[in-house]
Amino acid sequence: MAEPIKIKTPLSDEDVQSLKIGDSVLITGKIYTARDAAHKRLIDLIEKGESLPFDIKGQIIYYVGPAPAKPGYVIGPAGPTTSGRCDPYTPVLLSLGLKGMIGKGTRSKEVRGAMEKHKAVYFAATGGAAALIAKNIKAVKIIAYEDLGPEAIRELEVEDFPVIVANDTHGGDLYEEGTKKYRK
Amino acid sequence: MREVDYNTIVDAVARLCMDANYYLGDDVVNVLKQALAKEESETGKDILGQLLKNAEIAKTEKIPICQDCGFAVVFLEMGEDAHVKGNIIKAINDGVKKGYTEGFLRKSIVSDPVKGKNTGDNTPAIVHTSIVPGDKIKITVAPKGGGSENMSEVKMMKPADGIEGVKNFVIDRVTRSSSNPCPPTVIGVGIGGTFEYVAFLAKKALLRDIGQRNPDPFYADVERELLEKINNLGIGPMGLGGRTTALDVFIEVHPRHIASFPVAVNTNCHAARHKSVTL
Ligand code: SF4
Repeated sequence: MAEPIKIKTPLSDEDVQSLKIGDSVLITGKIYTARDAAHKRLIDLIEKGESLPFDIKGQIIYYVGPAPAKPGYVIGPAGPTTSGRCDPYTPVLLSLGLKGMIGKGTRSKEVRGAMEKHKAVYFAATGGAAALIAKNIKAVKIIAYEDLGPEAIRELEVEDFPVIVANDTHGGDLYEEGTKKYRK
Repeated sequence: MREVDYNTIVDAVARLCMDANYYLGDDVVNVLKQALAKEESETGKDILGQLLKNAEIAKTEKIPICQDCGFAVVFLEMGEDAHVKGNIIKAINDGVKKGYTEGFLRKSIVSDPVKGKNTGDNTPAIVHTSIVPGDKIKITVAPKGGGSENMSEVKMMKPADGIEGVKNFVIDRVTRSSSNPCPPTVIGVGIGGTFEYVAFLAKKALLRDIGQRNPDPFYADVERELLEKINNLGIGPMGLGGRTTALDVFIEVHPRHIASFPVAVNTNCHAARHKSVTL
């Protein structure tokens, strides 16, 4: 396998445009967690014209609801959750400058269209590899919606966080192309 | 009549909740290794390698394999000559509460499906009880993740659809599930019984260890055939393309009504968790 590509957040248009489906990528920097419940609240803020709890430009959102941290750990196991539940909210966030998303599972046509239009990528993380993934999370800060428990928005400091490009800015979809390639 | 203490049940269930979440079965670890050796896709190999490393970390550090520590599904086989001092269902729930709290497991249960809030301790458990001969109590805890559970389905087919209809339904269900249940998956299939019972059969099928075939050679052959067909779909690890889409297929059957032919598919992920104890 080709050497993984290392990227740092926040991401520029050039950063994301250089990525192609199937690329193995290691992410370093700050990323933000949000599941569908938090997305709904973000959209409510946008509709009311209020500012978001973090500057979304160039950022990556990770769809995750971690398990509780054992004493001595910064976070509990934290693998990706199903991205599709955030699909209805995603195009608006992409129009505001969100550059990347990490999750598991396919995205809707609307999200894929918005990714091409606003230049953003979708990364697949390995569902179920939660204990392994948590090793690449170095610091955690809850920045909004603490009442949502595991679904609160957290700022994560990650180092070499392993993902695979599943949808790129050129309309590529690894779910479709990968399956086609290996179907017998 | 043999007496079993309330707290024996509580402690056993708590232990099973933790063990099931920390320790991926050797059967799954071994089949993942075999799959890794056979996988053709580079991305697929990468993912299978991660799953093996993940299981190793979870085991050594005693942390959950997956952040979704599941709905606590409990199979209780109650010996007719055994008796628990106190209510055994309450004891099981106290055990789940203890296991999920003390074991740092994620609590994912909402009290009311429409109006509810997180119950905060992962209770209530789903308990399937059967009465068996003897004075022993066997308890199996099978934590079930939401992502794969959502890719499950019951279909009331026609008797004329026969085994070919069953096969087509299973393949279609897996195809539509695509990347969502964190493939590689384990597929439980129920055939027969009634609407509610067939779903239970499919769930019960998931308690088998990888490679354990249905004792009826007819269904054992269907299991093998379905596994091969599923792995030829190309969905691959995490749905990103590859040879490994399912690790096994298990079929459980039951007599049916002359007019009905219920079939159920219960999808499980590679985090095919189940641990048992006999008290
Ligand atoms: S489907 Fe299984 S492996 Fe995937 S997130 Fe859910 S419990 Fe974890």
